[in-house]
Amino acid sequence: MQVFLNECELTVPAGTTLKQLSSQQKSDADLIILNGFPCYADPPLNEADRIVLIKRGEIPAQEELEALMMARHTPGVHDKVRNSSVGIAGVGGLGSAIALALARLGVGRLIIVDFDLVEPSNLNRQQYFVDQIGQPKVEALRANLQRTNPLVRVEAIHDRVTPDNIKPLFGSVDVLAEAFDAADQKSMLVSGFLSRCPGIPLVAASGVAGYGPANEILTEKVTKQLYIVGDGRSAAQPGQGLMSPRVGIAAGHQANAILRLLLGEEPV
Amino acid sequence: MEIQLNGKAFEADPDIRLSRLLESLKLDPQQIVVERNGSILTIDQFSATTLSHGDIVEIVQFVGGG
Repeated sequence: MQVFLNECELTVPAGTTLKQLSSQQKSDADLIILNGFPCYADPPLNEADRIVLIKRGEIPAQEELEALMMARHTPGVHDKVRNSSVGIAGVGGLGSAIALALARLGVGRLIIVDFDLVEPSNLNRQQYFVDQIGQPKVEALRANLQRTNPLVRVEAIHDRVTPDNIKPLFGSVDVLAEAFDAADQKSMLVSGFLSRCPGIPLVAASGVAGYGPANEILTEKVTKQLYIVGDGRSAAQPGQGLMSPRVGIAAGHQANAILRLLLGEEPV
Repeated sequence: MEIQLNGKAFEADPDIRLSRLLESLKLDPQQIVVERNGSILTIDQFSATTLSHGDIVEIVQFVGGG
């Protein structure tokens, strides 16, 4: 009988059980995965079963890892997103969370652009760590994305986005996320991108500050090419700071809208 | 003259400049995106753009935070 052990074909006698196989092949395995799910029982193996044995602290080889990570991907979705390319302009509260969501989805290529460095005040909502303070955000984020999913190709560009570099930076993406902080930068990017890169969808955000009701955060289609997430009015200002939950909700809206666009579906 | 502003009929002065319309609406040109008849107008075009009767204008205003 043929089974797959850590993605390699293996012949085992009929009637072999999962535990028999694991004790023969890797007696110190801490985690046994049978056909994509952790298994703690000892069922007899069937033809073409896929078994992965993992020891704590041991990082699986690249092919094993890909197969294991794909076990939770939805067929038909993963094939499309792995061939996709998404740009993220600004990797603060919104952009860093969008990037992580897309990396976990297995989006093939992410282009992240930001001129800023990680500051202590960012840590209340942005996906960085204390030991990354002072690093360029794009470099810190690239490291975090690679730790999350090494199969994603990350292009990290430490630069300020201007009307002149919008097209060279983002002209080849399938979807762009606007994830800046300042209103004038949002306006510059959206106007600049829509006029220079017609046809490529753009998912922007406006109105994500404070702790107003989560259900007021919406995704709306504004023009043929432009979608905006947020409540449209909650600006970051004294007395109404940016907070992790609401910024995270908006980033989730943006990432989901991007996924829908990559799959050829309307976000709203 | 009448234009369509964000999906609603809007009475504007004949041949009004876009920059003048934005002023009357108290909109900061730095924080908005304007589409006229399906084309995006960038900030450097606002003062040279004259609106016409029947124009379809969409204005999106951004607020800060992200």
